[in-house]
Amino acid sequence: MTATTTPAVPPRDLAGVPNEPATTPPRKNPFGLARTLRYAALLFFLAVVLVPVYVLLVTSFKGAGDASPARAWALPTTWTLDNWTAAWDALAPSIWRTLQMVVPSAILAAVLGSINGFVLSRWSFRGANLVFTLILFGMFIPYQAVIIPLNQLVLDLGLPSGIPTLILLHVVFGIPITTLIFRNYYQTVPHELVEAARVDGAGMLRTYASVILPISLPGFVVVLIWQFTSAWNDFLFAVFFSSYNNGPVTLALNNLANGALLQNYGVSMAGALFASLPTLVVYIVLGKYFIGGLMSGSVKS
Amino acid sequence: MTRTLKRVGAPLLLLAPSLILVGVFVYGLIAANFRTSLTDIHTAGQATGQAPSETVWFENYTALLTSEAFQHSLKNLVLYTVVFLVGTMLMGFLWAWLLERPLKGEGIFRSIYLFPMAISFVASGVVWRWLLNSNQGESATGLNRLFQMVGLDFLQNNWWNNVSYGIIAIAVPAIWQLSGYVMALFLAGFRGIPEELREAARVDGSTTWQLYRHVLFPQLSPVALSALVIIGHMSLKSFDLIMSISKPANYQTKVPAVDMYVFKSSFDYANAAAVGMILLVIVALVVVPYLVRTHRKES
Repeated sequence: MTATTTPAVPPRDLAGVPNEPATTPPRKNPFGLARTLRYAALLFFLAVVLVPVYVLLVTSFKGAGDASPARAWALPTTWTLDNWTAAWDALAPSIWRTLQMVVPSAILAAVLGSINGFVLSRWSFRGANLVFTLILFGMFIPYQAVIIPLNQLVLDLGLPSGIPTLILLHVVFGIPITTLIFRNYYQTVPHELVEAARVDGAGMLRTYASVILPISLPGFVVVLIWQFTSAWNDFLFAVFFSSYNNGPVTLALNNLANGALLQNYGVSMAGALFASLPTLVVYIVLGKYFIGGLMSGSVKS
Repeated sequence: MTRTLKRVGAPLLLLAPSLILVGVFVYGLIAANFRTSLTDIHTAGQATGQAPSETVWFENYTALLTSEAFQHSLKNLVLYTVVFLVGTMLMGFLWAWLLERPLKGEGIFRSIYLFPMAISFVASGVVWRWLLNSNQGESATGLNRLFQMVGLDFLQNNWWNNVSYGIIAIAVPAIWQLSGYVMALFLAGFRGIPEELREAARVDGSTTWQLYRHVLFPQLSPVALSALVIIGHMSLKSFDLIMSISKPANYQTKVPAVDMYVFKSSFDYANAAAVGMILLVIVALVVVPYLVRTHRKES
């Protein structure tokens, strides 16, 4: 999603706070009624949350014959894949471009974040906290406050509009959150490990490469997922720094949904599904780490 | 001297690439943006440097802040933020509270409540524009049609096409998308409360309400504060959802972030920059105290 996030959760819970079993054994609930009510409420909200999903799926399979408002919530009279093929044709090039944008920017931002996180969690020099806070502020700013000069800067740098520019932006503006996540993660690494390496005379770079990097995998997974998702879902940078022909899928989807004079909801809904599929798959397969990213956006450590 | 250099040098060297990037792209650009906001660059010629421009100091700010159109944006921003915050906090807390004690199928509920968060506002905007269609009666689709079907006709309304309160309609999908996130925060908060505290309260004979009032709520307040700051600053920056549900030029639902886009599109760089600065100040009022507070706690 498009969020930058920051709750206060201990870093040991980095990957998957809510997935941990509760610390207490389940108590037998003496009130069957309370339990039933609880389930009823939970199921009601489940239905509410899933309403848009129903609409999305059903509408995407509808043909022209189902255009009447009276059939808005009904199942398709004839199921068709026309919308899906039309949406795929419209979005496929941009989906490919988005992949080319998201992968390098996630990796680069993760590497920078890991280095920063290591330094800021281990080497306390005067002002280290201030430096960290100043970096962190970068993830809260409304990007509207930098876009006008950023436009000029990008032109001056001679970067081609579209994906190359967006990679740079996602890396730079990803640094605060990746630094934060890694810093919190590395603070859970036992001090003795790092100290032992130092006593052995290892410099900072060697300590990083030989001690820290090998245990960083979970941190990298969390950060990569986070960066992947937020870059994939980004619209703000896309709309200012790319165009329909060279931009990512959010822009193409918005174009598809807003472009036609007569809105064809069936095609745009199929398109919305295509555009969401990668992040949804990540959420379903790696949900634990996804939630870890949400949680560890924690300013507090 | 050399020892200090050695101690400070290596970390700084490793941090240097990021510090330079963040320094230039965040702080440098904010300064440059502020500079532009003080000029009279309102045309394409001036924006590209072909026509002369001059410094007009705070004229753009006073003009913006006294204009009815921008005040409408600010009013929309406040309305949207209040509804978004209240909605996500209530739903998030309610869901966390329902799921707090172990329960069969807990994981499924949690995952589904949270899933909208993985989706882009642009994609969800496609569905929500359909759901928030303002047609009523015979031609109604979306939620208005659903209300008719379940006999709640009186709930039909014109959603985001209402001039005064249309922006609240846009907060509905925002709440749908982020309540799960607030739930996850509160759940983590609940799980962080030591069982002994509950036990102690029970031994003391506390009623359930007293348990919440005196034990659980105080323990959850840091989480609630984090949630407020995060959702609050997201709300102030809202752009994607509004762009994808209503058109950018739509008066009913415009907020400063959208104004900035419209100004930029018409090469009115000075006003675009000024709106950006105003937004930055508003967000900073929320975020800086929070960061300072956290910073103090740590050191």
